Amino acid sequence: MSAQYTSVPATSAAQPDGAGAAAILAAGIGALALAVFAILGDQSTAFKNLMIFSKPTGPLSGVTTCAMVLWLAAWGVLHARWRSRSVDLARVNAIAFALLILGFLLTFPPIADLF
Amino acid sequence: MELTTRSLWTLIHGIGFGGLYLLACSGALVELCRCYTAGNQTPLTEDDGRFLRIYLVAMSALAWLAVLTGAYIVYPWYRATPPPGTANLAAFPQRLLLASPSTSAWHSIGMEWKEHVAWLAPICITMAAGVALQYGRNLKDHPQLRRTVLGFVWISLLAAAIAGVFGAMINKSAPVNGGSVIHIVQGEQK
Repeated sequence: MSAQYTSVPATSAAQPDGAGAAAILAAGIGALALAVFAILGDQSTAFKNLMIFSKPTGPLSGVTTCAMVLWLAAWGVLHARWRSRSVDLARVNAIAFALLILGFLLTFPPIADLF
Repeated sequence: MELTTRSLWTLIHGIGFGGLYLLACSGALVELCRCYTAGNQTPLTEDDGRFLRIYLVAMSALAWLAVLTGAYIVYPWYRATPPPGTANLAAFPQRLLLASPSTSAWHSIGMEWKEHVAWLAPICITMAAGVALQYGRNLKDHPQLRRTVLGFVWISLLAAAIAGVFGAMINKSAPVNGGSVIHIVQGEQK
């Protein structure tokens, strides 16, 4: 995943933008993961029951915990790979925004219920 | 004048953490636009970078406190299941909303959206804080990064606003009440 982003020259600043790109892309991944887990929890009784990490809170506890773990894991992995490089930031930003907007829209119940 | 412990927690969650977060968002947007745009010729000091870092980390803390108190303190009271045969649903807000066609959408759309979309706020603002911690005042030299952070802060504001508006309206239709009573002020007797 990282190979295609390594050949872009750094910006005017000495500090590479890879660490920032890692944070941005991971946030997009986390947003989409949250929406996907929420939809799965809504559609599948087995998954819903699996997501009950805290009984009083119900499936919301597992859905959000899993999404947060996936987001932080993605951030950690991407940061480790990109922190000392400059990447194709325009492309990373576009992908991250697309994931974020998709995640945002998929949390809206009338859209989530289409699946 | 009195308050129940549950309504106090609802206030802490909604007004204390959520409301303060919404206010802080406007400050972050202004700071990011004012100081870090390419058109701003004023050189940024180390203090400016430190201010942005502290501000965004404090906002992240607020966002996390808002969603965690919401999900693990207030929400269980909201979704509590009444014992069979319960006629008065006042202590069971979710069931109270679902009991009437005129209020059921506050749960099926309002709460269902709010309980998930709210989590986008801490994700976005923690990312912004992470970028600020990494780059500080050098963010000005990375216009693409700065614009993206700004965009994510806008989305976090939108997510928090949706959660806040639905939270307020839902609590108006079916308030989270109960627990022990806290007497604040003794009123005058007529």
